[in-house]
Amino acid sequence: MSETNGIEARGLVRVFKKGPRAVDGIDLDVAPGEIYGFLGPNGAGKSTTVLMLTTLLPPTEGTARVAGHDIVREGPAVRAAIGAALQEAALDPYLTGREHMRLQAGLHGLPREERERRGNELLERVGLAQAADRKVGGYSGGMKRRLDVGLALVHRPRIIFLDEPTTGLDIQSRTALWEEVGRLSREDGVTVFLTTQYLEEADALADRVGIIDHGRLVAEGTPADLKAEIGRSAIEVVPAEAGDCDRLSAVLGRFGESVGAPSGSVAVRFGNGDDLADVIRALDAEGVRIAKLTVHEPTLDDVFLAKTGYSLEGAGEDTGEQSAVAPSAELAREGAGA
Amino acid sequence: MRPQSLANSALLVRRSVIRILRQPANIVFAFAFPLLLLAVNSGGLNATTDIPGFPTDSYLTFALAVPFVQGALFAALSAGQNFGEDIESGFLSRLSLTPLTRSSLLAGQLSGAVALGIFQAAIFLAVGEAAGASFEAGPAGIPVLIALSILITLGFGSLGALAALRTGSGEAVQGMFPLFFVFLFLSSMAMPRDLIQHQWFATIATWNPVSYLLEAIRSLLITGWNAEALALGFACAAGIAAVGIAASSASLRTRMVRT
Repeated sequence: MSETNGIEARGLVRVFKKGPRAVDGIDLDVAPGEIYGFLGPNGAGKSTTVLMLTTLLPPTEGTARVAGHDIVREGPAVRAAIGAALQEAALDPYLTGREHMRLQAGLHGLPREERERRGNELLERVGLAQAADRKVGGYSGGMKRRLDVGLALVHRPRIIFLDEPTTGLDIQSRTALWEEVGRLSREDGVTVFLTTQYLEEADALADRVGIIDHGRLVAEGTPADLKAEIGRSAIEVVPAEAGDCDRLSAVLGRFGESVGAPSGSVAVRFGNGDDLADVIRALDAEGVRIAKLTVHEPTLDDVFLAKTGYSLEGAGEDTGEQSAVAPSAELAREGAGA
Repeated sequence: MRPQSLANSALLVRRSVIRILRQPANIVFAFAFPLLLLAVNSGGLNATTDIPGFPTDSYLTFALAVPFVQGALFAALSAGQNFGEDIESGFLSRLSLTPLTRSSLLAGQLSGAVALGIFQAAIFLAVGEAAGASFEAGPAGIPVLIALSILITLGFGSLGALAALRTGSGEAVQGMFPLFFVFLFLSSMAMPRDLIQHQWFATIATWNPVSYLLEAIRSLLITGWNAEALALGFACAAGIAAVGIAASSASLRTRMVRT
């Protein structure tokens, strides 16, 4: 591969000492300028993949090239081409935003006169110009995240890795960060590799999405293509009489498989060739009166469900058995020579 | 070290100093505690100078060596704690993604402690002078004392860094503070080795390198120029620094994983 802004991985594996096979043979092709969303629950292997692609963790098996450079043999060249905002917004609480910019720019070897200019430009860009001289310890979570992203851009990287950049942020901060990520790709031509456990984030931001589960890539494509694979819509019906739920369930059962629905309602995914009008007619014929009927287009969660057998929404809380040890904890353990 | 590496170390030194100055508790412990202990000891133990063979009639002059070593310990622990916090917070990973070399990182982290150590040495010397302690080596002894303080801080600082790199925790480094102090108390801190009554204590103090650090500083204060004491002091400080830097470099290689 010549020097591009792309990412290419073949059979990438990472096995931790006394730990799980965190990444289990991943193949990736991320095109230059693309926003690639890496979607999966906690412990699926997203962060471990990012650590390998950013050269901070050697792979156990497989190869990868980032910006045209081999991640194992050409680590310094990879690092020069990339920027990364890793899972924790790793900032020094005693330094100000501006001091962080100066430090980062200096360590990347920017000339002294450019450090100030670039720092100011990025602080403005991430909306922190007013707070630039405040200590980071007093920043909100959203401000820290935005500074983190700004710092990753100091040396004008061609590829940026964002590891769960909006986790824990309020909707306003999340939206602001989405806009910035979109702008990076659209206006600056930066390739963005974004990990997330939020379906709407992958849906709204990513040109293509890779779904990872238990260290394996289980689906990949544009959000539209992935949803089209599922193809069928779901309907959710609330009966006018609460006691009609069983009858409603029996009628809807003729049109497709039952899917999870809030209490007091029934939902099914349409079988192929079924029609909403047929459902209405059947309900009318059975005398089931309805209070509300909603048609749900397929979502990425439906795709996730279809590919893995469980829903991503709430997976962080209720699928503890599939949460591998966090890579940072593993790194710490390995670093300590355990 | 190449120019960019030196520039990177300088950036980290600046950061270390800013961090230290913005944590008032560090300043208080690094300066106030050693001086407070000096005031208490020199006031309460002055009668010790009546013991036959005691090398000076001023306990203040005898005890003034302690703040230099104690201050170096505080500076080192502060550096180690900051290093540990960098590991915990992921800041080390951020640094790993820059062209920063491991040697620049270690040099930067340790130089912050050394900068604090130099400042401490100057303050302790000035306070001692103002309180009436003697300094027999004269003005030429000042750069020697500062150089020894730098080496001691570097040695202890490298041990603090090693503790941070092995544990990956600022709190764990802080927890090692009493251990460092045991070494200080089991030395010739309060009494010359040849006047220590209990044989076990004298033996431990003789094997404890901290005794030789104190005695080298004391030689400048009390005797003037004692080549043997200075050579032993510098050799012990250099030995601690060499072992600490080698061990922390090896640990950093494991901790700062990158291809």
